[in-house]
Amino acid sequence: MSNQEFTFTSLTKKITMAIAGLFLIMFLLVHLGINLLILPITENHKEMFTAAAHFMGTNWIVKAFEVVLMAAILIHALLGVILQIQNWTARGQAYKVKSKSTTSFMSKYIIYTGVMIFLFLGLHFYHFYFIKLGLVQAPVVANIAFPQEEHFYELAVYIFTNQLLYSVLYIVAFISLGIHLNHAFQSAFQTLGLNHKKYTPTIKFIGKLYSIIIPLGYIIIPLYFMVMG
Amino acid sequence: MKITLKIWRQKNAKAKGKFVDYELNEVSTEMSFLEMLDALNEKLIISGGEPIAFEHDCREGICGCCSLYINGQPHGPEEKTTTCELHMRSFKDGSTITIEPFRAKAFPVMKDLIVDRNGFDKIMAAGGFVSIDAGSAQDSNSILIKKKNSDEAFNSATCIGCGACVAACKNASAMLFVSAKVSQFALLEQGKVEAKERVVAMVNKMDDLGFGNCTNTYACEAECPKGISVANIARMNREFLSAKLT
Repeated sequence: MSNQEFTFTSLTKKITMAIAGLFLIMFLLVHLGINLLILPITENHKEMFTAAAHFMGTNWIVKAFEVVLMAAILIHALLGVILQIQNWTARGQAYKVKSKSTTSFMSKYIIYTGVMIFLFLGLHFYHFYFIKLGLVQAPVVANIAFPQEEHFYELAVYIFTNQLLYSVLYIVAFISLGIHLNHAFQSAFQTLGLNHKKYTPTIKFIGKLYSIIIPLGYIIIPLYFMVMG
Repeated sequence: MKITLKIWRQKNAKAKGKFVDYELNEVSTEMSFLEMLDALNEKLIISGGEPIAFEHDCREGICGCCSLYINGQPHGPEEKTTTCELHMRSFKDGSTITIEPFRAKAFPVMKDLIVDRNGFDKIMAAGGFVSIDAGSAQDSNSILIKKKNSDEAFNSATCIGCGACVAACKNASAMLFVSAKVSQFALLEQGKVEAKERVVAMVNKMDDLGFGNCTNTYACEAECPKGISVANIARMNREFLSAKLT
C-alpha cells in the first residue's frame, strides 16, 4: 500500500462497486445454468436440478462463496445508494430545459432498476434462501414439506404454477435486470480502467448481448409454467 | 431573424434568480452567439436596464471562459463548439432560446450567467503540476517518448477547463476534466515521477469540492467542445488504482 492515508474516495467506492458488480454478473450465469434444469430439457432434468441444488447447498467452497456473494450484493447496493445520493445533491438547482445531451438511455434508470432488483431479491430470499436457512416456514403442498434444497424443484414448480403474482414480479425484476446490465456491464470495465480502442467495442457488444440473453433465460422458466400450467 | 430569449437573471450569489424574456428582432445569422448577447446588452443599457452578465474572453474557443447552458446543452447545439464559436445560423428564425448558467453545487452562480469555476483551479492546485526539477531544455533524444503517448498527452491537454463536462453530466461530475489533467502528466516522463501523489490529491480535492460521481453515461464526452475522450477517465481510474495498490 502507498504511505498515503487510506481514504474512501469517490473512485474507491466506484471501483469496489464495479468489482462486486462483476462478481454478481458471473454468479448470474452459474445460477441460470442450474435454474434452466427446472425446465424439461432432458429426461432426468429434475434429478440434475436437485443434485445441483444439493451441491450448491453443501459444498464447502460454494458455501464460502455464499458469504462472498452476500457481501457483494450488500456492498454493491449500499455503495450504489451512497453514490446516488451524492450525485443527486451535486447538481444543486435543476435546469429548466431538460438535457439534450447524447447519453446511454438505460444509464438514466440504473438506480431505479437496481432498487427493483434489490426488492425482488428480498422476495426471492423469502421464498427460497430463508427456507433453506430455516428462517421461514416452507409451504406444505400436496403433503410435501419443503425443508431443504432437495425439494426446491417442487417448490419452484409450485410457485411458478400457482403464484401468478410472483411470476409476474419475477419477470418484471428480470426485465429490470436486463436494463441494469445493459449499462452496468461495460460501465464496470470502464470504472476498472479497462478502456481500449481495440477491445472496448467488443466489451460493449458482449454487455448488450449478456443483458438480453441472461434475463431472457431466467424469464423463460416462469413463462413455461404460466403457459403449460 | 427574430428570436425570443429566456435568460436566467440573478443579482448576486445570494439573490433568488428568475427567468426573464427578451425579444430581439434584427439578429443576423452571421452574428456569433455572444455578439447577439452584446446586442441585447446594448439595447438594455440604452433603455436604462441592467446588462446581462456573462463570461467571455478570447472568443476563439481556447480560453475556456465562455460557458452558458443553451436549450439544454452546454455551449449550445453544435458539436465540439464553444459558446463563443457558436453562430446564430444554428438557430431558426422565430425560435425561443433558453439560456441558463452551468448548474452544479460546486459552481455557484455569482451573477446572471456567471458561475464560480474556481473549483477547477483548486483541483489543479492540489496536484495538476510538475514540481520536480526538470532541468533546462533537453536534447531531443535524451527523453524518449512514444509518438502515441505524446499525441494522447497533447489531446488531453487540449481541455480548456470550461466546465461543460460538469454542466452536462447528470451527476455534475468533474471526472472528465480531472482525468484529462491527470492524463496529460501521466503520459509524459516528467509527469510520471509524481503521478501517484498527483492522482490521489486531485481526486480527493474533487470529492471535497462536492462534484458528483461518474456513472459512465458519457454525456461529458458528447458535450466537450474539445472532444476529450472518456478513455481519460479510464486512465485516471487505472492511475488511482495503481497509486492505492502500490
